[in-house]
Amino acid sequence: MIQVEGLTKRYGRATAVDHISFEVKKGDIVGFLGPNGAGKTTTMRMLTCFLPPSEGKATVDGFDVLENPMEVKRRIGYLPETPPLYPEMEVREYVEFTGRIKGISSADVGKRTAEVIERCSLGDVRNKLIAKLSKGYRQRVGLAQALIHNPPLLILDEPTAGLDPKQIIETRKLIRSLAGEHTIILSTHILPEVSSTCESIIIINNGKLEAIDTPENLTARLQGHETVFVDVEGPAEQIAGKLAKLAGVGRVEQREGARSGRAIFEVEAAKDQYVRSEIATAVVQSGWKLHELRPLGLSLEDIFLKLTTHDQAVETPAAASSEPVAESPTGGAQ
Amino acid sequence: MSNVWTLAKRELNAYFASPIAYIVMAMFALIFGYFFYAATASFMSQSLRAAMSQGGAPPMNLNDYIIRPLLGNASVIILFLMPMITMRLFAEEKRSGTIELLLTSPVTDLEIILGKWLATLLLYAGLLAVSLLNIANLFLYGKPDWRALAVGYLGLILMGGAFLSLGTFLSSTTKNQIIAAVLTFGAFLMLWVMEWITFFSFGPVAQALAYLSITSHFESFSKGVIELKDVVYYCSFIFLGLFLTSRSMESLRWRS
Ligand SMILES: Nc1ncnc2c1ncn2[C@@H]1O[C@H](COP(=O)(O)OP(=O)(O)O)[C@@H](O)[C@H]1O
Ligand SMILES: [Mg+2]
Repeated sequence: MIQVEGLTKRYGRATAVDHISFEVKKGDIVGFLGPNGAGKTTTMRMLTCFLPPSEGKATVDGFDVLENPMEVKRRIGYLPETPPLYPEMEVREYVEFTGRIKGISSADVGKRTAEVIERCSLGDVRNKLIAKLSKGYRQRVGLAQALIHNPPLLILDEPTAGLDPKQIIETRKLIRSLAGEHTIILSTHILPEVSSTCESIIIINNGKLEAIDTPENLTARLQGHETVFVDVEGPAEQIAGKLAKLAGVGRVEQREGARSGRAIFEVEAAKDQYVRSEIATAVVQSGWKLHELRPLGLSLEDIFLKLTTHDQAVETPAAASSEPVAESPTGGAQ
Repeated sequence: MSNVWTLAKRELNAYFASPIAYIVMAMFALIFGYFFYAATASFMSQSLRAAMSQGGAPPMNLNDYIIRPLLGNASVIILFLMPMITMRLFAEEKRSGTIELLLTSPVTDLEIILGKWLATLLLYAGLLAVSLLNIANLFLYGKPDWRALAVGYLGLILMGGAFLSLGTFLSSTTKNQIIAAVLTFGAFLMLWVMEWITFFSFGPVAQALAYLSITSHFESFSKGVIELKDVVYYCSFIFLGLFLTSRSMESLRWRS
């Protein structure tokens, strides 16, 4: 569906996107992940023919963005970072207008508008001025605009940015419901966004591509070693010594924050070793009390930090952890 | 081309959804109405005096004494009001980000430009219709030459089209509506006063400047005469303005 090779964008002397190459297959949902200023928007703008690349090549459905922009535009539904809305229009009027300029015939545009309004749950505001809508509704009107011509490819730039938790969940549900019919690329600087919605992730940072993989593989790739969290009641030093001698255990580290009389450890297994049952057996046989034993999966946050440690990706973890939504099929769930 | 109409309709809708259209129309109606009143009042007192003097004076002509100066006045009012119409065209879309919708939809730059320009032209035609309501009164009291009047309005349309194309271009150079309006107003004023140079200078430079002045080409239209050179001037002006707009859109893409 999308083929990108050596795509580069320079603003004056600054390089916003630096020789990015990737491929998106039909039907994929791809997450574009990177901190603010990474070059996500710029890449999307080049794919949607809003900006011409300085270098490199991008094709959508076989059509080059520079040579055949009209064909490319016909195939893309694009939701920019700020939804491109005309505040003085009513919702239905606006959606219909976008349908017309995207090439829907006059005969079909009314029906199609009604369908999309239904799909994006805009029924109760269809005759309201866009200026009067809340942020969540505006975002959905933006989505309606992207969907109106039923494009095979959807490009959504930070579709949940600035929404409240309830709206975020609704928007994600809507996006996931679109998955079957459309190829989707969505960008975000918030991790749970991609881990919960996407089948594959493209991480970019400072305009450079850092990794492409499925969320699971990314976790595995960086993980390699399983880390186990253990909370035991008993003499800390003896416990540490015992754990360290177990077969398959690499490193044992005591952590702060234990209740009195107890000790907590992070035990790192050697590569591809399963040590949890051994730990449990050893602790219990020694007569100590085992309070907790659980694996510490490497969350996408950590991956992200690891992939981008050589820079100032400061606000990302903060933004991500303040994100209240608890659906994460990969991180920690084992 | 149906895209042009779709885009123009949205643009007109935006004018009438905001106070702009009403303010411009009200200002125009007010000022033009004032000029119309002044012209007819002075015409009446003069023709009364002419009638009372010993019978020989020829009847005064409505076209020469009322319509012609009025059309001249209209062209100046327009010059002041036009920047308010064109300033938002591109500047607003650039500021709000809706330009991203237009440029990523399967419509051509030319369709976008024509749609916007056509919308302003229609709004402007609305202004002219207001002035025509005033002038229609003349037909109740006398017999003005309607052909000369039609030619005068053709001239106003062409001149307005030229102003609007330049305003469209200047709006595409910035995302600040105020800057767009000031640039446009400055440019219009220059194009108007350029012809004044012939009051005190007669060299080839003065001639050239006078030729370039946008208002000097309206002269013959207001007399009811269509001169090819004036039509050519306005049409080239419109073409140039729209062409520059398309260049400006292109550079918007390449630079930013
Ligand atoms: N119009 C522009 N002119 C100059 N620099 C820009 C422009 N747009 C973006 N940039 C720069 O390009 C880089 C990438 O920006 P962007 O693609 O918006 O990142 P993201 O969407 O990932 O936050 C940033 O450093 C930004 O400052
Ligand atoms: Mg962005």
